[in-house]
Amino acid sequence: MADFWTTVGSGEFARIVALSLGVSLSATALAVLLGLPLGASLAVFRFAGRRPLIVIINALLGLPPVVVGLALYLVLSRAGPLGELRLLFTPGAMVLAQTVLATPIVAALVHRAVADLWADYGGALRVDGATPLRSIPTLLAMGRKQLLTAGLAGFGRTISEVGAILVVGGNIAGYTRTMTTTIALETSKGNLSLALGLGLVLIGISMAVSATAFALGAGRRP
Amino acid sequence: MVARRLVVLLIAGWLATVAGGAWAESIVLASTTSVQDSGLLEHILPAFTAATGIDVRVLAQGTGQALTTAARGDADLVLVHDPEAEDRFIAEGHGKDRRQIAWNDFVIVGPSADPAHVGGGHDAQAALRAIAAARAPFVSRGDKSGTDALEKRLWRAIGLKPSSAAGDAWYRDIGGGMGAALNAAAGMNAYTLTDRGTWLNFANKADLKILVEGDPGLVNRYDVILLDPVKHPDAKHEAARRLRDWLISPAGQSAIGAYTVRGEQLFHPSAAAPK
Repeated sequence: MADFWTTVGSGEFARIVALSLGVSLSATALAVLLGLPLGASLAVFRFAGRRPLIVIINALLGLPPVVVGLALYLVLSRAGPLGELRLLFTPGAMVLAQTVLATPIVAALVHRAVADLWADYGGALRVDGATPLRSIPTLLAMGRKQLLTAGLAGFGRTISEVGAILVVGGNIAGYTRTMTTTIALETSKGNLSLALGLGLVLIGISMAVSATAFALGAGRRP
Repeated sequence: MVARRLVVLLIAGWLATVAGGAWAESIVLASTTSVQDSGLLEHILPAFTAATGIDVRVLAQGTGQALTTAARGDADLVLVHDPEAEDRFIAEGHGKDRRQIAWNDFVIVGPSADPAHVGGGHDAQAALRAIAAARAPFVSRGDKSGTDALEKRLWRAIGLKPSSAAGDAWYRDIGGGMGAALNAAAGMNAYTLTDRGTWLNFANKADLKILVEGDPGLVNRYDVILLDPVKHPDAKHEAARRLRDWLISPAGQSAIGAYTVRGEQLFHPSAAAPK
């Protein structure tokens, strides 16, 4: 236990927690930015290729993180097409990887929520003269609780993830080391109780973020 | 209000994260899990950073992966421990100027009950032959690391090629790092080959102990290799060379020699007299 309190109390650990939250929240924000319009569009517009796209996005819910990590690694490597960006083994690469993982989750959940609302209220909205495009803000406002859940599901995917960020981030001490990669590292050093303790801290932080999101959501009720 | 304050705190943390370390000069050192898991680099690198202002970002990957990372141009310097893989890396034109910085040794650890009766021996090949004959559980890294390469060389030397696919259920290829292999061996009461540094620093030994040590064939040499400027023009050669020079300098060598875990020296500096 002494190990645990020394670790958790250190400045290095504070940086690890800050990086974990920074990377995951950035990725979640990007995923919402991409997934919200994508999911809503799939719900209200009718266009060729819409159904296959819905099937693909739902299939991507099971996207294996380590495969995403590997694919991005090959793209971002100096020998790869985007090597010039010098993003590999930086927090930026980790944000990118987690955005790829979280976007399908946000898009699929937003699509489901908005599609149900569109089925129930689409007729009424159209009678009022709204086009599908102009109905989207109304539908999103009506479904904001489900949207909050979609955002939190995306965040849950990113904060708990280790496979992708280990490959593209490299678990570099003081630079790309997050909560999950620290837990993996301490496990490999045989510090099992320390690793488990850090896992509990991670769960606590996750809960705090979720509670904050709900508090903010409740505060904005019209 | 508490929630809003939390959000402000999170944004501040995010900015610190994004901006953090952006101004310092930094290099990427592709290295092996053993120099990280043993705690060596964490112990010696702050002195180098203090002296030069160069931040060293350590990738701990196992020799095979570290060399691949460097060959793809994603690292500035390599520190590894597999002479044969290093030869290939240099022959392919990726690296040059190999220098040995330190050595320690490998040991065979296993359950204290020692079903293959190898305890107290100093002959790694005889021990592996006994383990195979007894069909006693043995954990293999199976990850093309330096340790894995040595293990495969030892089996080859005694004319065996154990494989779980071929029915050797006692031979368990876990495909992981040294720590993962030791955790697996501890969980299955199995034998495994490990570098002494990782073993001494490993906290979950359970019923495992050192059974075979002191075989000259178990020497573990750590080499640092510069990247070839022709093949890798974008690597930070100047800063990488400063780290290489520091590692083989008296200051670096004494820092390596001064690192101990529970009173035991883990790495023997050897830049002046390579083993």
